[in-house]
Amino acid sequence: MTQHPLISVKNLNVHIDGHHILKGVNINIPDKSVTSIIGPSGCGKTTLLKTFNRLLDDTANVKVSGSVLVSDEDIYAPDAEVTHIRKKMGLLSQRPYPLPMSIYDNVAYGPRIHGVRKKSELDAIVEKQLKDTSLWSEVKDRLHGPAAKLSIGQQQRLCLARGLAVEPEIILGDESTSALDPISTHKIEDLFVRLKEKYTIVLVTHILRQARRISDYIIFVYMGEIIEFGPTEEVLLNPREELTKQYVKGFIS
Amino acid sequence: MLILSIASVSFVFLIGIGLYWRAAPLFNENTLYSLFRSSEWAPSSGKFGFYPFIMGTLWVTLIAIVVALPLCLLTGVYLTEYAKSSVRRVMLPLVNILAGIPPVIYGVWGIFFVVPIVREYVAPRFTEYSSGYTVLTGGVVLAVMIFPILVSIVSEVLKTIPKELKDASLSLGATKWETIKKVVLKRALPGIIAATVLAVSRAFGETIAVLMVCGNVPVAPTSVFDGGYPLPALIANNFGEMMSIPLYDSALMFAALLLFVIIFLFNLVSRIILNRIEHKYSS
Repeated sequence: MTQHPLISVKNLNVHIDGHHILKGVNINIPDKSVTSIIGPSGCGKTTLLKTFNRLLDDTANVKVSGSVLVSDEDIYAPDAEVTHIRKKMGLLSQRPYPLPMSIYDNVAYGPRIHGVRKKSELDAIVEKQLKDTSLWSEVKDRLHGPAAKLSIGQQQRLCLARGLAVEPEIILGDESTSALDPISTHKIEDLFVRLKEKYTIVLVTHILRQARRISDYIIFVYMGEIIEFGPTEEVLLNPREELTKQYVKGFIS
Repeated sequence: MLILSIASVSFVFLIGIGLYWRAAPLFNENTLYSLFRSSEWAPSSGKFGFYPFIMGTLWVTLIAIVVALPLCLLTGVYLTEYAKSSVRRVMLPLVNILAGIPPVIYGVWGIFFVVPIVREYVAPRFTEYSSGYTVLTGGVVLAVMIFPILVSIVSEVLKTIPKELKDASLSLGATKWETIKKVVLKRALPGIIAATVLAVSRAFGETIAVLMVCGNVPVAPTSVFDGGYPLPALIANNFGEMMSIPLYDSALMFAALLLFVIIFLFNLVSRIILNRIEHKYSS
């Protein structure tokens, strides 16, 4: 790993409702690349992803210990400002959740919250982000129509545009294509590959082929522990650990 | 089951037709317009003006909603978004107990508690004299009465907002309060309107508690410190008495018909608004 890590996790432990979900996680996620977190259902993939932008804060009975450094800043430090941290990361959830407003307002939502008021500026942001997510040509005539009327694949790209509009450094994807048809999936995957020039992308996925297609690095999580971390080809084709080997071959799922 | 449903729906029409039939003699001597617009209420000389009663009903109901809705929204938001689950578990059942208290007890509470407060503390700041038996008092008592139904429906509606939708807003760097204001309440709007409609319908018809505290003077109120005389109170106070006066029972039946029509129209209009909002934002 030659690149400087953008996210650096040190001895992270997470307990939810008394269950030990993440056990002593140490990981360095490299800058400007796609990293996939793979592992069987319920192994803690999504929890790990959510610790990166402190989305676990609102869950009841959560205990987090250890540290997560993002650009050398500890996001679990007592004086860390949550909104500032979250602004640095765009989140793309399993299913698209457009906000109950127009397409335009969805993209402008983040910038508005962070103080952009001028219409010309907002117009420019909306157009740029919709173009970056290849939605512009599809929606430019109905920017002020409700976002809920878009197809599900379009909605997911809109959610991505919405996340990019706050100029994050990191994009977090939580099985972001699992609700989509193959064509929409393909479009989102293409976007990820294109976006990694400018952003660091961390994805949770349970589709090994997808991980192989688009990611540079792979983290294999099993029962709350990091089993293996390395470049995609190495982890998938030539795993060092026995557990990884079994998972990749499909013996455990 | 089809027959039963038809029967229950047809009851609504039967009641409407029945009321109209009994009220009909009134129309022989008065135009509909004069019944609505006239403020003169002198049954013994055959003068029936319903304007004061319609206004009394509207004032009391409006005050109740203006008082109750913001309180209920904040309570609902607190219970679903901020309160610990232990607080929630205690609070919601307690609120529901409020719903089970008989109206007459609210009336007594209004007379001994709200009426003196309005008379001694609130009214003197704004007006020269008030007995305390005002539309404001009626509105406040009514607000407390519709509080449980509003809080529990609003809480239920807020609970259905998916966590992922809130996460989406939070992950863009919005604070929790911004998320609630701009996303949660917006998404919950149709449900909140539906809850309000239910509460208002209840408020329109509430009789005893309101009758006990709002003065029952047949004059259209011009300020919140005037007394009022809502339609249900008119019917309850006078039905069965003074039936020797010609047309009196027709007039009361007409009052009931009015109430019926007001509630019907109100439900209809809110249904239309609700449909339009749902059409706009649901997928």
